[in-house]
Amino acid sequence: MTTASITNTEQYNYDVIRKFAIMTLVWGVVGMLAGVYIASELAFPVLNFDNPYITFGRLRPVHTGTVIFGFGGSALFATSYYIVQRTCQAPLFSDGLASFTFWGWQAIIVLAALGNVMGYSQGREYAEMEWPIDLLIEVVWIAYLVLFVATLMKRKQPHIYVANWFYLAFILATALLHTFNNLAVPVSLFSMKSYSLFAGAQDAMTQWWYGHNAVGFFLTAAFLGMMYYFVPKQAGRPIYSYRLSVLHFWALVFLYMWAGAHHLHWTAIPDWTSTLAATFSIMLLLPSWGGMVNGILTLSGAWDKMRTDPIIRFLIVSLSFYGMSTFEGPIMSLKDVNALSHYTDWTIGHVHSGALGWVAMVTFGSFYHMVPKLWNTQMYSNRLINIHFWLATIGILLYITAMWISGIMAGLMWRAFDDFGNLQYAFIEAVAAAHNLYVMRAVGGLFFLSGIVLMSYNMYKTIKSGTTEQA
Amino acid sequence: MKHDNIERNVGILIILTMLAISAGGLVEIVPLFFIKETVEKVEGVHPYSPLEIRGRDIYIREGCYLCHSQMIRPFRDEALRYGHYSLAAESKYDHPFQWGSKRTGPDLARVGGKYSNDWHTQHLTAPRSLVPQSVMPNYPWLVKTDLDYSDIQGRMKALRATGVPYSNSKAEFDKNVKEFGEDIAKNLHIPDAEKNLLAQAQAGNYDTNPDKLTETDALVAYLQLLGTMVDFKKYDDDYFGKFR
Repeated sequence: MTTASITNTEQYNYDVIRKFAIMTLVWGVVGMLAGVYIASELAFPVLNFDNPYITFGRLRPVHTGTVIFGFGGSALFATSYYIVQRTCQAPLFSDGLASFTFWGWQAIIVLAALGNVMGYSQGREYAEMEWPIDLLIEVVWIAYLVLFVATLMKRKQPHIYVANWFYLAFILATALLHTFNNLAVPVSLFSMKSYSLFAGAQDAMTQWWYGHNAVGFFLTAAFLGMMYYFVPKQAGRPIYSYRLSVLHFWALVFLYMWAGAHHLHWTAIPDWTSTLAATFSIMLLLPSWGGMVNGILTLSGAWDKMRTDPIIRFLIVSLSFYGMSTFEGPIMSLKDVNALSHYTDWTIGHVHSGALGWVAMVTFGSFYHMVPKLWNTQMYSNRLINIHFWLATIGILLYITAMWISGIMAGLMWRAFDDFGNLQYAFIEAVAAAHNLYVMRAVGGLFFLSGIVLMSYNMYKTIKSGTTEQA
Repeated sequence: MKHDNIERNVGILIILTMLAISAGGLVEIVPLFFIKETVEKVEGVHPYSPLEIRGRDIYIREGCYLCHSQMIRPFRDEALRYGHYSLAAESKYDHPFQWGSKRTGPDLARVGGKYSNDWHTQHLTAPRSLVPQSVMPNYPWLVKTDLDYSDIQGRMKALRATGVPYSNSKAEFDKNVKEFGEDIAKNLHIPDAEKNLLAQAQAGNYDTNPDKLTETDALVAYLQLLGTMVDFKKYDDDYFGKFR
């Protein structure tokens, strides 16, 4: 692993990383607050307050957009700029372009959230943003690609470090997915309304090819890039197996793109598509666990750090959740299991064990490592990091347990027959049965939210004590 | 090729990555646009009327798809609860599709005709007044808001650009008469959109207030159409299986 050694004339661009790092926390708090609020709306519908702007249907895209693209996206911009400069021993290709990606991306998150509450929606999950915002995303993303590749080309090392492969695959795949999933015809040049170019079954396949790979590349491949840099750094040991990282990378980027149709089992798509997607979903278990094993075994010989270093604890637990949700995913992609789990809260729980357990936890660990370095200082309080760890872990466990129970319960109630062969339950009985579990889920979310608020305070104190002067 | 060479050359890394990530979509999605059996041959499915388009727009605006699916699966419990499983053909004019991924509330693929207009209007305004344990938000503004249909022709033209057969000329209109019958073809004619929209709202009286054209009129018109276009009595049970 390289260490920072730069000449006086060429300094790394840390400024843009600092900005993205701060906005990661801001969007994390905003997005998770929205999440806790909509979870509470499902438990107590009075919280919709008969107000169009805060009803569940409009706030839910605000939650998903802000946590995925605001929190997750800003974290990826920050860490990718940090890692690409340090592992290439070269500053970013262009400070102007870097700054453009920052302001462009922040504008996108704000416009998307405002658009959602006002009711501008394409009606596609995780791609609700209407066409003008989609165009802006396209432009910013191409700038990001150019900046990242041009920086790689300036590297002083002969090899491109493994973390950068994952970031590069994430940038390329996101460009591909975003472009094809958002093909639409606007009503007019001055209308926020558009109609998707595809219809019905083809549209569904395109959307879930996008939806699943937003998870596969945005929320997995890129965060694996983060893992491949910060786990060895914090552990002070090299990656366990180079060969495994090569296999894991190519298998992951190839297999993921086939799995999306498992979101459409038993729907009106051809059976062969569905079967193919389930097959690839099972195969995906291998590279996923390859990556997890590679990360966890990097720590072998330094296991004592699990007891003493709360940052290592965040990173290792994130890998454990990664392993757990990438095991659960293939199980849920089996048609027989999916017949029960689809349309239920089980899916919501699965997403959150990945999103909170893996994505957010690996981000927290990486940030506790990176932020003090950006401001040339130490973390303000290790004790608060430790409390954050427990708040987050307890929050996740409450959340996913509630969703497992309510999901499986609803699936079983929907298909239950009485002795006479009639449906045993009316739909509303399953809704009523979920109430306590919805409360439990909201409490779990509240734990997780308090964790990131505490982290933000810790970071604020840390940054205040630091300096942006480069030594 | 040694992996070492890939790691040293960003161009090769980009090309190989692009190849790896493109394969899945090319094999799984692209053929669906060309294989005819993807969408079943079935009578009765037609594009939405101007009023129903506006209703569907409101359905999307309020994010109904986040809690309601429109895709019945071929299971015995779903057949009893919702009706015949959904066909791909039934959403062939849906830009975008609204199959959904979550049933916090029940599936709506065949909700058309199950409840009265009265019931829907009341239920949209205050769901818990009819279903006490419901967790659906109240939508009281729908029945108070006048329906904006000023750009209905623009909306139909945009949909026409995506391939929905709305007619904009006599020749296209005649073609629709042949395919869908005269009554439906009239509703698909873009130059008459406003007239048709008002006529349907007046005749349907969906929000149970004949003096006012509201968003509820449009939304209920859309809901009442859902799942009613195909007459399943005309087909053998195993006919649709052939297309899967």
